[in-house]
Amino acid sequence: MTAAVEITGVTKRFDDVVAVDDIDLTIADGEFFAMLGPSGCGKTTTLRMIAGLEFPTEGSLQIFGEEVGTLPPNKRPVNTVFQNYALFPHMNLLENVGFGLKMKGVAKPETTQRALAAIELVQLGGMEKRRPNQLSGGQQQRVALARALVNEPKVLLLDEPLGALDLKLRQEMQGELKSLQRDLGVSFVFVTHDQEEALTMSDRIAVMDQGKLLQVGTPEEIYERPANRFVADFIGQTNLLEGTVADATTVVLENGTRVAAASDHAAGTKVALSLRPERANLATRDAAPSDGAGIDGTVAGITYLGNALVYRVALDWMEVEVRDENRPNADRLNAGDPVRVIWEPGAVAVVAE
Amino acid sequence: MTAAATPEFEVANERNKRRRGLFMALPAYLYLILFFALPLIIVVVYSFATRNRFGGTDLSGWNLEAYAKLGEPIVRDILFRSLWLAILTTIICLLFAYPFAYFLATRSQIVRNLMLVFVMIPFWSNFLVRNYAWRVLLGNDGPVSRLTENIGLGETTILFTPTAVVLGLVYGFLPFMILPLYASIERMDWSLIEASRDLGATGIQTFRNVTFPLSLPGVIAGSILVFIPSLGAYVTPEILGGAKTTLLGSYIVTQFLTARNWPVGASVSTVLMVVMLAATLVYFRKGGRTL
Repeated sequence: MTAAVEITGVTKRFDDVVAVDDIDLTIADGEFFAMLGPSGCGKTTTLRMIAGLEFPTEGSLQIFGEEVGTLPPNKRPVNTVFQNYALFPHMNLLENVGFGLKMKGVAKPETTQRALAAIELVQLGGMEKRRPNQLSGGQQQRVALARALVNEPKVLLLDEPLGALDLKLRQEMQGELKSLQRDLGVSFVFVTHDQEEALTMSDRIAVMDQGKLLQVGTPEEIYERPANRFVADFIGQTNLLEGTVADATTVVLENGTRVAAASDHAAGTKVALSLRPERANLATRDAAPSDGAGIDGTVAGITYLGNALVYRVALDWMEVEVRDENRPNADRLNAGDPVRVIWEPGAVAVVAE
Repeated sequence: MTAAATPEFEVANERNKRRRGLFMALPAYLYLILFFALPLIIVVVYSFATRNRFGGTDLSGWNLEAYAKLGEPIVRDILFRSLWLAILTTIICLLFAYPFAYFLATRSQIVRNLMLVFVMIPFWSNFLVRNYAWRVLLGNDGPVSRLTENIGLGETTILFTPTAVVLGLVYGFLPFMILPLYASIERMDWSLIEASRDLGATGIQTFRNVTFPLSLPGVIAGSILVFIPSLGAYVTPEILGGAKTTLLGSYIVTQFLTARNWPVGASVSTVLMVVMLAATLVYFRKGGRTL
């Protein structure tokens, strides 16, 4: 099967700044694909190159097998939902949504009919005479979506489309976007800096930082087996315990504790153990950890989150966070209590730089 | 808070808000009343008065005769010629200024500021002097004429023709077109142009459907800023137009100073002001509206 988007060795430089650094990426047809990273990591530039709003400095970019390197945006089978929506302020909703069809010379009755259907699809029926400034942020978002989708793009590009919405609306739109994508069966390429959003919605995620592609995988792969330190730290919360690889199954921490952790790094490599707060448990000092590892510490502080409690535990050389479900009748620990941080075998991931 | 107390506070607040700054605005108000509103009223009053046979004006026997004079062929021709030249000047300014303003708005900040200074440089020397400079340039023995002669196009004889007047007006008022156009293009949201291209529009389609409509406030503002002074222009037509190209401005001056027919001068002035007022209203209705 032909890939929807095939990026090979693409680099984008703005004067001396390397925005995207030699990335390879394949996005399958019908996939919900997220590009995740902090601002300035190159994710938006990559999206803009797919859209044709920027041209790659080097490398090859194909859409359904066709090389599109320097093809202008109007000749590509993709459409974009812009970050600030970029709705035309001098046109009403119907004219905005019908714009693409009108430009392609589709007859007026058909344009109107298809635009109305798209407006209906995003649940804005009856508002087609309104101007963008008469709509709320969430409604403008839907118009931008309808305006792109009415052109039946083979790939829909979304540049942080939910960034400007408040939390409640954002969560609602996440669900709607996901089901819309499933119904249409079209690839969505979604740029976001919100790791939670990427995890909830995507089939696959590409994590980028400083123009480099760090890891591509399913949300589970990225969360459970981060390729490096940055990914482990960026996706979700984690404690990074510095150490050195002793052999294929053991890592020695800074304080000399030997921890069972499988890795394929050579002995002597500086690594970090990624221990997710929800994977760690607190026990009394005499508890025998199931995999032989346990680190003694003292409770330094407690944060009450409602559904959970987060304990800050001071170890000899650093602090770690341990997250505990907020169960009724459970014995709560207090600041100053001596504890031992333990975890199940396989709960930690070894990450290098 | 009690319900009764709130309205009193609000009334007092409103009163304070209305009075705020009134004192500071007073000198400007007085100045405008004395040197703008009063003379304006005098002009309108005189336009209904009668010229007596000694060249004075009788402020009695009010009539519309001065306005009837506007219908006479000579005056009508002057009126239409002025309108036509003002419209032509506006269109030519627009054609030159738009691409330039667009170019300017897409440059880096440093280049923009530098070029804006270049646009303003003509204002550093006197308008009258610059018009005489054109007279020298376009004159029978001037550099332009000599150039066209040398390349075999013959003598240039556009001085003292309407062409020379339009040339001078375009030269004089071009910055008034460039500046508002630049301002409106510069503050345009460029992502709209990207959105248009992304939705399948070509560069030309994007200009027609997005860029130009969005810059319309600037187009209207610039057009009015050029049209109004062109219509009432006096200096440029006097210096470059010669006797054959009398325009409204010269006609009004003649009526007041030479013919000593103040009512007619006043009536033409009044009509001119009404046309300009209409143009200004169009600006506030269409151009002043922020999109």
